[in-house]
Amino acid sequence: MSLDARLVVTRAAFTLDLDLHVAAGEVVALLGPNGAGKTTALRALAGLTGLSEGEIVLDGRPLHTLAAEQRPIGMVFQDYLLFPHLSALDNVAFGPRCQGVPKAEARRAAAALLERVGLADRAAARPRELSGGQAQRVALARALAVRPELLLLDEPLAALDAHTRLEIRSQLRRHLADFDGATVLVTHDPLDAMVLADRLIVIEGGTIVQQGTPAEVARRPRTDYVARLVGLNLYRGVADGALVKVGEWPLHTSENLEGPAFVAFPPAAVALYRSRPDGSPRNLWQARIGGIERHGDNVRVHLDGPVTAFADITPAAVADLDLTPGQRIWASVKATETHAYPA
Amino acid sequence: MDFSTPEHAGPPGPSAGSGGRRAAGRGVAGRLPWMLVLPAVAGLVFLVLPLAGLLIRAPWPTLLERLAEPHVLEALRLSLACATVATACCLLLGVPLAWLLARVEFPGRRLVRALVTVPLVLPPVVGGVALLLVLGRRGLVGQWLESSFGVTLPFTTAGVIVAEAFVAMPFLVISVEGALRGADQRFEEAAATLGASRWTVFRRVTLPMVMPGVVAGAVLCWARALGEFGATITFAGNFPGTTRTMPLAVYLALETEPEAAIVLSLVLLAVSVIILASLRDRWVSAA
Repeated sequence: MSLDARLVVTRAAFTLDLDLHVAAGEVVALLGPNGAGKTTALRALAGLTGLSEGEIVLDGRPLHTLAAEQRPIGMVFQDYLLFPHLSALDNVAFGPRCQGVPKAEARRAAAALLERVGLADRAAARPRELSGGQAQRVALARALAVRPELLLLDEPLAALDAHTRLEIRSQLRRHLADFDGATVLVTHDPLDAMVLADRLIVIEGGTIVQQGTPAEVARRPRTDYVARLVGLNLYRGVADGALVKVGEWPLHTSENLEGPAFVAFPPAAVALYRSRPDGSPRNLWQARIGGIERHGDNVRVHLDGPVTAFADITPAAVADLDLTPGQRIWASVKATETHAYPA
Repeated sequence: MDFSTPEHAGPPGPSAGSGGRRAAGRGVAGRLPWMLVLPAVAGLVFLVLPLAGLLIRAPWPTLLERLAEPHVLEALRLSLACATVATACCLLLGVPLAWLLARVEFPGRRLVRALVTVPLVLPPVVGGVALLLVLGRRGLVGQWLESSFGVTLPFTTAGVIVAEAFVAMPFLVISVEGALRGADQRFEEAAATLGASRWTVFRRVTLPMVMPGVVAGAVLCWARALGEFGATITFAGNFPGTTRTMPLAVYLALETEPEAAIVLSLVLLAVSVIILASLRDRWVSAA
């Protein structure tokens, strides 16, 4: 039940064009900023948006020639779209009923699925009586009830509050691991993608800009968007041994490379000084503070200068250094804290 | 019913004695503009006074007696039956028509929508004439109906139903179409991904979700059909027992015995009020 698709959707001001291959049992996350075309891709797979070009092949059978209701898919929508006039049980039984399963049998299957997602006691509840986390699980059960070969999830956790999200995320991961078909998941949350997916595909402007396992993507971002998502400073330059020239700015790294290269380092690796520090085998530059904001327990300092960078320092350090926006300051990064890889 | 008074809604204050002024200035501070209040009150009086007149002038002592008269009961029964059947016909044809207008893109859709609302603004008498020209014995379709099926519509009870349905259907179509446009179509998409055909989607998702709009439309449609006069008398005539509905009976009685006309009018008024009141909270206000 593997998926091979080339999706081309042309709109007035936007073109989506991507190749998508998902193995049976694999979970692929489409990750990207708003308007990148993630949801369009998912809707095209579901048959809710027509393809301008391309094909969708599931297990050797073409899917793009079928209407949405004929495709062997299950879809979980961002705000779940549980039918408000039906109980949780009847929502889950809806798909099997449409496939011609007798009512009693469909309801039995639905009850079993609700039990599997831990909601046996909420079967009679209407969607408006369910909490966000419960509605999410009913939506998943409803999508799985049609025994899909391809499972599509559109921002499945986006509508949940932080606490519920943590819990539902781990449950969803378990259910996805049990599912033997192909799964395509759309999200703009890197954590959801990292936890739930076997492979990430990053989309920007309708095309794939990077793909790989979560660990690969997190370690070696290839665009500013991905770098921001995984919380790294990222620069593209030309490597000559352990030196990468980013424009005119030389950046010392610990890896030896030749030709176009990326250099990444975490904001926490950046040290700030009011006056030029002693000792030289590291990257040192003079920057201007563009902004200061809270970031978790730390403070994130935006640095302008020869290059823009983020530095994470402790609140105590902010006080010690007496930092203010507009101020000029020295910044440094140890070569051993940077990571260089071919572009 | 929900009569939340301003006094209850606001926090208890020390100026409980001058509650009137506080209540009046609740939304925007300041005095009420008499330029608006005066016509508003006049409008209210204009709408309510005639109904009050009906109640005041009603022959209360002989009311029951008059109501029990056979020709009154007959007209009432005919009216209720015709309005109900006409509403059923409107539901059968009007809901799919509303769906077509709301959900299917086709060339000339705006024109069709305009045509559907024509009976709404057309004088009912003109509607009756038009029906006669098409469905009358010599009419374009009526001729064929009679020769092929032996069916004649004008001056029959079926004719009353046709006339009422013609005049009342736009109320239903407009109400249902509005509800369909307001309904979130993504639920229909969700149903499609679950394998529901378009007919199943309509039956099991769309229709239940727009049911308040359908009921509201049906009530308006029924009330309009019940009060239908012009098209009915033109197309179906005024024969006791077959086509003389309540409004026709009222008009006729007004010339011969005015008190009977008042009684009949009271019945129509009571039916309207009962219908509106019983449906208001559950359906009409929700739409």
